Amino acid sequence: MLMTSRTTSHTTFRTRPISRTARAIITLASPALLALGVSVVPLSLPAQSVPRIKVEKYTLPNGLEVILHEDHTTPIVAVNTWYHVGSGDEKVGRTGFAHLFEHLMFMGSQHVPTGQFDQMLEAAGGNNNGSTTEDRTNYYETLPSNALPLALYLDSDRMGYLLPALDSAKVDIQRDVVKNERRQRVDNVPYGRAEETILSALYPNGHPYSWPVIGSMADLSAASLNDVKNFFRTYYAPNNATLTIAGDFNSDSAKALVEQYFGDIPRGPALPPRPQPAVVTVPRDTFMVLQDKVQLPRVYYTWPTVKSFTKDDAPLTVLASVLADGKNSRLYKKLVYDLQVAQDVNAFQNGSRLAGVFQILVTPRPGQSPAKIDSLVRTELANVERDGITARELARVQNSTRSSFLAQLASDYATGDLLNAYNYFVGTPDYVQQDAARYDAVTRADVQRVARTYLEKPKVVLTVVPEGKASMMVAGVSK
Amino acid sequence: MNNALLSREGVKRGAMALTLTSAVSLAATLAIPSALLAQVDRDKPPVLGPPPQLNLPPVAVRQLPNGLRLMVIERHKLPVADFVLLVPAGATANPANGAGVAGLAAQMLTEGTTTRSALQIADQMAYLGVRLDANSGWDATTVALSTPTAQLDSALALFADVALHPSFPATEFARNKQERLTSLLQIKDRGPAIADRVFPAIVYGTDNPYGRPASGTEQSVGAMTVADPAAFYKAHFIPNSATMVVVGDVTPAEIEKKVGALFGAWAKGTVNPVTVTTPATLPPTAIYLVNKPDAAQSSFRLGGVGVQRATPDYFPLQVMNTALGGSFTSRLNQDLREAKAYTYGASSRFDMRKFAGPFTARAEIVSAKSDSALIDFMQQLRAIRDTMPTAELMKTKRYVELELPSAFETTGDIAQRLADVALYGLPLDYYNHFVDNIDAVTQRDVQRVAQKYIDPAHIAIVIVGDSKTIEAPLRATNVAPVTTRDIQGTPVQ
Repeated sequence: MLMTSRTTSHTTFRTRPISRTARAIITLASPALLALGVSVVPLSLPAQSVPRIKVEKYTLPNGLEVILHEDHTTPIVAVNTWYHVGSGDEKVGRTGFAHLFEHLMFMGSQHVPTGQFDQMLEAAGGNNNGSTTEDRTNYYETLPSNALPLALYLDSDRMGYLLPALDSAKVDIQRDVVKNERRQRVDNVPYGRAEETILSALYPNGHPYSWPVIGSMADLSAASLNDVKNFFRTYYAPNNATLTIAGDFNSDSAKALVEQYFGDIPRGPALPPRPQPAVVTVPRDTFMVLQDKVQLPRVYYTWPTVKSFTKDDAPLTVLASVLADGKNSRLYKKLVYDLQVAQDVNAFQNGSRLAGVFQILVTPRPGQSPAKIDSLVRTELANVERDGITARELARVQNSTRSSFLAQLASDYATGDLLNAYNYFVGTPDYVQQDAARYDAVTRADVQRVARTYLEKPKVVLTVVPEGKASMMVAGVSK
Repeated sequence: MNNALLSREGVKRGAMALTLTSAVSLAATLAIPSALLAQVDRDKPPVLGPPPQLNLPPVAVRQLPNGLRLMVIERHKLPVADFVLLVPAGATANPANGAGVAGLAAQMLTEGTTTRSALQIADQMAYLGVRLDANSGWDATTVALSTPTAQLDSALALFADVALHPSFPATEFARNKQERLTSLLQIKDRGPAIADRVFPAIVYGTDNPYGRPASGTEQSVGAMTVADPAAFYKAHFIPNSATMVVVGDVTPAEIEKKVGALFGAWAKGTVNPVTVTTPATLPPTAIYLVNKPDAAQSSFRLGGVGVQRATPDYFPLQVMNTALGGSFTSRLNQDLREAKAYTYGASSRFDMRKFAGPFTARAEIVSAKSDSALIDFMQQLRAIRDTMPTAELMKTKRYVELELPSAFETTGDIAQRLADVALYGLPLDYYNHFVDNIDAVTQRDVQRVAQKYIDPAHIAIVIVGDSKTIEAPLRATNVAPVTTRDIQGTPVQ
């Protein structure tokens, strides 16, 4: 749900590495098309298959998983390491810590002096970054293919030898950088505090997703060098990481390099059990208001749904698109196109490892009340719940979904990150075709069923309002 | 490097390769047999082999009888193709009182054609699974299509229809106009967006096209009618100044045939060139403060008039700016972020356009450190005019040279490079010589362009932040006089 990075490049804030880009195949004849009176779109589409990604996966004796994918199209290589720890593994009172720690991984290690991590990579033509979500932390470099040994050298040194080079001065500097990141993403951004307000209402106290990845200022202030050392010793070990190499390299040489650089890093102690929170439910509709320095109010609806890659994840993702992707989507067409009472609408299913949410956001146009928006949103949802969706609506989403898969395979970085995501969430990197097939398999009945199953349940409704306009909040007819 | 990445048609495919090897390349050694590396010495970073060659198929150039130029690069990794139709007129071609027209003209292309309604266009885009959108920049308006090749014919027909037969429906325009006015209203919420608007207004003045917001103002958009974007389209969408860039799983012959069938009847017109006269120098350095009450950060934009894309100083400027604020290890980012932690990131950029676009250094600074950051920014702008240490120069040149292949990774990346070649009239073999040209940059060149284009005594410093906490400390720095402006950049009494 939240993703926060070391620098702004490659950042997809508030999207997941594998999210609504998952794409499906569909071949069908659509009677609805005839009504358009335009002949250029064929009645059936030739299937555009999602290619299989050829991968090799193995594990070093110290537990490090390695995934290799050769693609010699461009003479570059993408190295991507996922550590299986995220903000969901943080302790209450130390929110934001996993991400603060991520920043410290770039500050040098025993054999790499402070600042040299970036200096060496840039001198070799490389770019790098990292990001943190609730569930995992990743680190990656894209380099000309001759520089693969450099990336492995730097990544192995910080995996095996980070602590000797760490001191409180580095923690203090990156703590302040991260506080500025929080200001830039949250505190100095209109509607920026909406997400954390919703999380704290949706999830019970102590739930791993009840705080934002970026954390609170107070908890960032509280983080100590000792916390950093303990976190490293607990989570940053080869047996809690997966290294993916994608792009222009030779697998045999790469395996030798991986063995040389990572083979001598000792396996870490057994990992602590990860949180296994109970399924989240909202007992009754919860209405909240947040005053902010904004010109226009915005209404956020959030329902607890399902984890990523579970049965209803794909139908809910399709439902989100049917509601808010494109001019013909239900909410967009009614609120933005026909009645022009809203400036924008968004909807998404966001499944993570431990839980998922379905969210709808609407910003009313000037002079339009959130209450009116609310009534229109409820009517549109009721229509889908009662009558389901059309074949054409399903086809549009499935066809667009399938094309977006191709876009996600265009770069070595994105491909490597996708392989790591599949490996982490479903246990195998070789999953892109099965992922695409999930969307293929969605039926109109599925979409109607998930709308009824999840969106008729109690939800959290937050209205962000201009300061002094608390009375604008949506509060009303709850079940 | 002898090669032609972007070569003319007829050049044998693959015969000319961009070789990213250079005089400053890392020590070239043979790959070391793996057995010898078994005991890795972590005190020494690995010695890298020679940088790889970037071999791209040549660009095939064709011209339709109506003058439309085609530039095609084959890329068969995935069953997709990217098309960019580029018309060399953007926001600078807006009428003097019509800021925002070009952008709305682009937006209106997908709002209805002579045979398709806005909803039908949207329906077909989603049904075909294609991305189709039109955008307007400073110098050009583009219509871009990204499609799986399985849907190529249908997608191209839709693409040609929105590009050639837009009908500018008045009702759709009215909706787009209200949407634009609302988004202009929402700028008030965001300090960084206010700074991005005020900075060019100060540097160029609002009498200059580069000083007026490309997205328009409440006044200019408010006064607009559907006739304005329609007139923009009519004046500038002509084949004899346009270029179609195509990259993907296609062949030039196939593209020439398909594009010729769809765009061949597009009638020629009169080219309406645009000229922008940019101010020679700015007045003495001054701080323009815009109040954003209670802002957690101050949005800094410092700089002035930069340089046009066609400058002979392009390569020295690339090196100089990369060292100043164009990479993570650049001086501004290292100082303001990694050493002082005043910000999440600081950077600088020469926005090179057809005419001299701005040079801008920027950062979002924690409010309490606004004064310290101002002093540091000024120090860095002065220091870059000194001789650049050799090690820094070498590192920067390597970075610029060696990261080039990643700019040619996806079909979208390559299409963007080609669109720049077309728009700015770069030679087709431009990228063949890119590495050589960077390599040739000397310490003296870097210092010369720094002194020529960065003059700390004549820059505009726009700071959008919480006046009640930052104004007094900013004044106390005595860096420059402080005047206050509103969110349009107009003086506040």
